[in-house]
Amino acid sequence: MTVAVDKTKCIGCGACVMECSLEAIDLVDGLATPDPNKCKDLGSCVKVCPTNALSLTIPQDSKGELSSEIGSKFNLKEPLPESVSDYAQGNEKKTIRSQVTPIAGGEVWSGVWVIIEYNNGRVAPVSWELLGEGRKLADSLGSELCGVITGYQVDNVIPEAFAYGAEKLYVIDHEVLKDYRTEPYAEAITSLVRKYQPEIILMGATSMGRDVFPAVATKMQTGLTADCTVLGIDPETKLLQQTRPAFGGNIMATILCRTRRPQMATVRPRVMEMPERAVGREGELIREEFTLTESDIRTKVLEFIPADAKSTFLDKAEIIVSVGLGIAAKRNLVLAEELAEVLGATLAGTRGAVEAGWLSHDQQVGQSGVTVRPKVYIAIGISGAIQHLVGMETSDFIIAINNDPEAPILKVANYGIVGDLFQIVPAMTAEFKKRLQHGVAN
Amino acid sequence: MHFVVCLKQVPDTSEVRIDPHTNTLMREGVPSIINPYDAHGLEEAIRLKDKVGGKVTIVSMGPPQAKEALKKAMSFGADRAILLSDRAFGGSDSLATAYIISTALKKIHETEPVDLVFAGKEAIDGDTAQTGPGIAQRLGFPQLTYAIRIRELTDTSVTVERKTESGRQIVQAQLPALITVEKELNDIRYATLPHMMKAAAYEPEIWTVNALSFDLTQMGLKGSPTSVSRIFAPPGRSGGEIIDGLNDPAGTAASVVQKLFQQNVIMVNPLMKGGKR
Amino acid sequence: MENFDVIIVGGGPAGLSAAISAANGGMKTLVIERGDYPGTKNVMGGILYTKATDMVVSEFWKEAPLERPIIEQRIAMLSGDESILAGYRDPDWAKEPYNAHSILRVKFDRWLAQQAEKAGVMIITETLVEDLLYQNGNVVGVRTGRAEGDLGAKVVIIAEGVNNFLAVKTGLAKPLKPASVAVTVKEVIALPKEKIEDRFCLDEGQGATIELYGDSTAGMMGVGFIYTNKDSISIGVGAILASVIREQWTPNDLLENLKSKPYVKRLLQGGETKEYLAHLIPEGGYTQVPRLHRQGVMVVGDTAMLMNSLNREGSNLAMISGKIAGEVAAQAIKAGDVSDQAMAVYEARLRDSFVLKDLYHYRHMGQFFENNPHLLKIYPKMFSKAAKMYLTADGTPKKQRQKEIMQMLFNQRSKGGIIKDIYGAWRALL
Repeated sequence: MTVAVDKTKCIGCGACVMECSLEAIDLVDGLATPDPNKCKDLGSCVKVCPTNALSLTIPQDSKGELSSEIGSKFNLKEPLPESVSDYAQGNEKKTIRSQVTPIAGGEVWSGVWVIIEYNNGRVAPVSWELLGEGRKLADSLGSELCGVITGYQVDNVIPEAFAYGAEKLYVIDHEVLKDYRTEPYAEAITSLVRKYQPEIILMGATSMGRDVFPAVATKMQTGLTADCTVLGIDPETKLLQQTRPAFGGNIMATILCRTRRPQMATVRPRVMEMPERAVGREGELIREEFTLTESDIRTKVLEFIPADAKSTFLDKAEIIVSVGLGIAAKRNLVLAEELAEVLGATLAGTRGAVEAGWLSHDQQVGQSGVTVRPKVYIAIGISGAIQHLVGMETSDFIIAINNDPEAPILKVANYGIVGDLFQIVPAMTAEFKKRLQHGVAN
Repeated sequence: MHFVVCLKQVPDTSEVRIDPHTNTLMREGVPSIINPYDAHGLEEAIRLKDKVGGKVTIVSMGPPQAKEALKKAMSFGADRAILLSDRAFGGSDSLATAYIISTALKKIHETEPVDLVFAGKEAIDGDTAQTGPGIAQRLGFPQLTYAIRIRELTDTSVTVERKTESGRQIVQAQLPALITVEKELNDIRYATLPHMMKAAAYEPEIWTVNALSFDLTQMGLKGSPTSVSRIFAPPGRSGGEIIDGLNDPAGTAASVVQKLFQQNVIMVNPLMKGGKR
Repeated sequence: MENFDVIIVGGGPAGLSAAISAANGGMKTLVIERGDYPGTKNVMGGILYTKATDMVVSEFWKEAPLERPIIEQRIAMLSGDESILAGYRDPDWAKEPYNAHSILRVKFDRWLAQQAEKAGVMIITETLVEDLLYQNGNVVGVRTGRAEGDLGAKVVIIAEGVNNFLAVKTGLAKPLKPASVAVTVKEVIALPKEKIEDRFCLDEGQGATIELYGDSTAGMMGVGFIYTNKDSISIGVGAILASVIREQWTPNDLLENLKSKPYVKRLLQGGETKEYLAHLIPEGGYTQVPRLHRQGVMVVGDTAMLMNSLNREGSNLAMISGKIAGEVAAQAIKAGDVSDQAMAVYEARLRDSFVLKDLYHYRHMGQFFENNPHLLKIYPKMFSKAAKMYLTADGTPKKQRQKEIMQMLFNQRSKGGIIKDIYGAWRALL
């Protein structure tokens, strides 16, 4: 007897392998493969399979009766199977758990940390968003929320971090940390983590967060989940549930770091809510020394060329004004350019607009161009072919202007304006200009 | 110079979908491709080899079928391809994967010292962007992520332009170093026929767990701190408001703009890039 | 420049079959495929006939990626929302030696390519053959679109598919005419196994096909089809390109039209489209078959217009033609004679096989339907009406009903017209 695997469903996630107390199932070529000699039909793997790819092989005659029970969806709201099997089956999982040994010092591993990204005199807003989210996580764990600032001449950031909700701040202020570089930043963060042993550390999924966190995770030999969009605490196990898109956004996966600490995640900017800023709020400040010197570091920042709206990379742009063949001619591009100018937006377009020669290839949004995720995406005269939609549909807010009420773009737009773009776009530009110049929001 | 390219075979994610009814991944007939970012890393390595001379070695980890990706990669003009393939590697997360690949690179480094390692900025199936930096860390090489241009390569250092949210950072690192690359770095070549033929006849080396002295506890599921507990279809984007702008274009435009301000979609101070500071 | 015995242009079933038989004949063989991998550019309804495939890779069903053995073939004639059905079911087709299987080409072609590689064939992909190389008027190799792209070959087998660019350039074939190709569109729609088996009354793992005539193609010459895969359904419709252009349909609209028919809709209900494909199918028939050979060159498969559209057979003709060409190439090279005469053995063997015999048999068919465009428009309607009158129980005595039906039929088309149609069909099809 053994467990049957539906190869078309198995995604090779390994949940079953983790779960099997008998080591009777393994991944072979990315597919779950049970060992019939070891399998005792406990069925624990069947329950954890996220895709219902596993089932118990049942004698032919009883097939109908059991089928409702097996393959039931593994639901995180229910107790985690690991805790169940721990309880029921004893030692195997406990051994793994006991590997959760601190790297240095006592058995602490508590507290939620947010690494505050401070670079070129500017704090990445996602840092504050994470203090808001970190507050919720810390509350569900009953632990403290701490901020970490590493950099050079960071004193003006300290009151801000308290204002956004940090109870405690760890600060390393050192000249070596003036420009962002992986080596000193990873070393600074790791030294704090080793010393104070937080349970969870979070950072924005920015180019900096996604550069330094893998280095820190490697130093700490712990798990890291990139670019999360949902965080939560499992009420039973108190594990951090890290949910993120994968396969180009086609699926969402919830990831756990069961066995090592800290649990580390980078979080997509502008997903979490910005917390209240309470000016004057205070907290505990802990300053740490930094031992690395310039001669220890093998990289040098020679130059930094700041980007403006026009030269910013499309996939980093906050506001995008994008045109399709609906603008009819290159001379009409000026409508979009004027709107972009007023909004401080970056200009982009569809493959059609690029092939027509109106825009350059690096301005193309979509499957064969750049995938963008701006705060605001304004689509002008774009019908919304699927190849375009996959490149922009995760934008925070989409405004589409099109004269065809059936245009697919209108189905993904927050505001789909059906009308003549040659009238509407200039009117919008004028209205934006008026309000932005006079600072009148309403 | 010895260039090493880390390369992954991935399913073409533009063709992967989850069945919203059964929550299963539909990967039937989904073609496998070379992770596009890795291909740009390979292209850059070959270009540098053409310029300064040397050798390009490709290293990949995956099931035996990943040989196909390596054969294809050879057609760019690489010299050697190694596939790390063993069931013991299966189920590895990015930490364990970086361990396995870095162990192999150390072995390569012993006999043929490595000067520069290239990897894609991320793989399109996982989008984690963690394996490259993980390898650099374990090798003790400086890491230069999100490279969009190699400005200079000397015997002892490399200078690259990195892409960040706020601009381009120009960084110089001592060799040996590891670079993860963006698509902007270069345009991928069209292989010559002799290279195609050579690649078609080439058999990549397969290194199993026995090829090196691996620490088995650092790989596979046991060596992977993270695990997927659940997958599901992303919530579909629900359609928003359809606004008729045919009758009164100017009025419609004005009212839409007003709503955008009211909802803080557009902020009054446009200089507050990223807003809400 | 590297030299081969045999170079095959195109990695579809015809080309791969040719490669396998040439390699088995001891030839140094190369396949050049323009797609990302063998099978990328290939589209067909998705029925693979056992016999022909078995001749290329014996007992392939034991390991090839097949979907379901076909045990039932239905024919439906659609008229508006009405349908007339007929079918044949043979449970023996569920076991060896099967008659046919449904397949998904992406998987199958890759498997076939692996078999070719096992036989020693070299395959290079993403490479377009632009022309043949000549020396003193003799073919000596191919020129590809890549840098340093010339290759030597004693025999070149053209298996480039329906788009016969190279065969035209070589002077063997004429450019395609809209009247001799059908445009076919197809969707693969995911459905759970159990649903498929329920809806088509199948035992586990078995498959069925349905051919749909009449309004399935809006009365144009062509056919709609539905094939069951493991956990999906292939549905498609093909019609002669000339008539699609003439009647101003888009291929996609044709497919949507078919999917909206009540009989079809119910079969697909709840399914989700996974794949959408479109392709041209050679429908020229016997009269459009190009010159099949010249010195050092043979033309096989779709390029050779080897397609029996009435019985909806194409892949098997392709594979047989490929296999024969590969064998002929090996023999000729071994004998040191690749002249036109030596290549002519290929055509002779094709004529001897069902491939050209079937095509010859139906040689008038295309012309017949082309000359009688009313057939697929009037008759489905007439038959539907007749069936409705006959089967609706409304108290009319049956004898009187039959009389009424005959009158109705002759009102739609004169006695002479019907006789002419029957005679024409008899000549064209039997």
